Amino acid sequence: MIALATPAVVIPTFGGSPSSYACERANRLFCANWVSRNWSSVLWPALRQHIVLSVVAVAIGFAIAFALALVAHRRRAVERPVILISGVLYTIPSLALFEILVPFRPLGLSARTAEVALVSYTLLILFRNILTGLRDVPDDVREAAAGMGMTARQTLWRVELPLALPSIIAGVRIATVTVIALATVASYICDEGLGVPILAAIQDGVFKTELITAGGLAVALALCADGLLVLLQRALTPWSRAQAR
Amino acid sequence: MHTLIEALRFIGHNGALPSDPAAPTLVHLTLQMLAISGVGIAISLAVGLPLGAWLGHLHRFSFAAINVSNFGRALPSLAVLAIGDAILGLGLTVTEVALVILAAPIVLTNAYVGISGVDPEIVDAARGMGMSGWRILWRIEVPLAIPLLFAGIRTAAVYVVATATIASLAGYNGGLGYIISDEQSYHLSGVLGAAICVAGLALLVEGVLALVQRSLTPHGVRLEQDVRGEEDLDALLPVTSASPL
Repeated sequence: MIALATPAVVIPTFGGSPSSYACERANRLFCANWVSRNWSSVLWPALRQHIVLSVVAVAIGFAIAFALALVAHRRRAVERPVILISGVLYTIPSLALFEILVPFRPLGLSARTAEVALVSYTLLILFRNILTGLRDVPDDVREAAAGMGMTARQTLWRVELPLALPSIIAGVRIATVTVIALATVASYICDEGLGVPILAAIQDGVFKTELITAGGLAVALALCADGLLVLLQRALTPWSRAQAR
Repeated sequence: MHTLIEALRFIGHNGALPSDPAAPTLVHLTLQMLAISGVGIAISLAVGLPLGAWLGHLHRFSFAAINVSNFGRALPSLAVLAIGDAILGLGLTVTEVALVILAAPIVLTNAYVGISGVDPEIVDAARGMGMSGWRILWRIEVPLAIPLLFAGIRTAAVYVVATATIASLAGYNGGLGYIISDEQSYHLSGVLGAAICVAGLALLVEGVLALVQRSLTPHGVRLEQDVRGEEDLDALLPVTSASPL
């Protein structure tokens, strides 16, 4: 479903001198003037909403996956059902999941529905990576911690989690990039994110400048987020680079 | 909840539309989508499998081969379609190009990681028996890499089905996205019905490929997995590359 109420923003009403909108009227591949004119009214709000949608989804997803992974770390029986359920959720195509969630009463056509779907896509990735990171801590390290008199809780927070950080952040990277990609599709059910200008441009007779700008922003956002998380990982785990040398 | 029942009734009536007797049936649209997806998957496999397997066999260009899928994952499908629409114009070609751009990298990376990860001692033993490079690749490396090869193929297939749904709005007027993008005639219940079909189709494709994988996995590899108790769970996700960047 298309929740686009504002097609007016796209192709300007061709007032002014004939030359000032020549590029838009010819629908050339890229009109820099259009971008600068519509940045603050169309593109920046969409980009900001996109960032908020993605950050909230990853944060909630991480909280849920982290709690589940800690439980599964202690009780192996929990792992299988969690993987199976989150695996099925991960398999359902994004647009279909968005639409399926719409009829449920508290959700409807809103950003909340989008968040629920986006969170469900992060669960499998985050849960697996957190759990794998915790499991891969060598047993002798754990025994050493116990030998030093650490409790199970101390071992978890001071030994196991720091050692699992590379795997955890790798999961956060994949989840973030996936969510940024899927959030473009959220525009089918709510008026938020970079998908909004994309759908508007297609409805308005394939307005090329807007398609390329909004699409390019989505790609750039994903790549930037990925790069930032790599830097974060390097900052948090300086020892892993020291070992690699 | 009422909408959900209406949606199921819509599926039961095979997508019939009271206002338009000539509307395409659900079965027709589903088959159409299967065809679009099939072409996309076939091209992705034709590009990704040989290239990934060959590079994995040579153990060359690992950085590029592993990171191409990270890059592919970072590309939002709607954004790729948007940029493709602007450059190539609307149509089936753009759809297939976008599907291949999204799916081929995943296939390639998994093929690379699977083949290059085969135990070098086994490859040495095969060489010692006088096997040629081709025979080693075909008789030793490919069978042992089946779980990872299929992890890539399955993920790619689900991506393609998901993207083919969006594609119908951003360029190609067919498949189940035809209903999803036309809420005015089909109402929420019809859109929801089509979304349920998309989800079902994705799960079906995933399930069928899992069966194919099971039948192609060599007996020895299966035994090993049973001993380690891993089974198919690990093949649910593609390689979550933990390597920094």
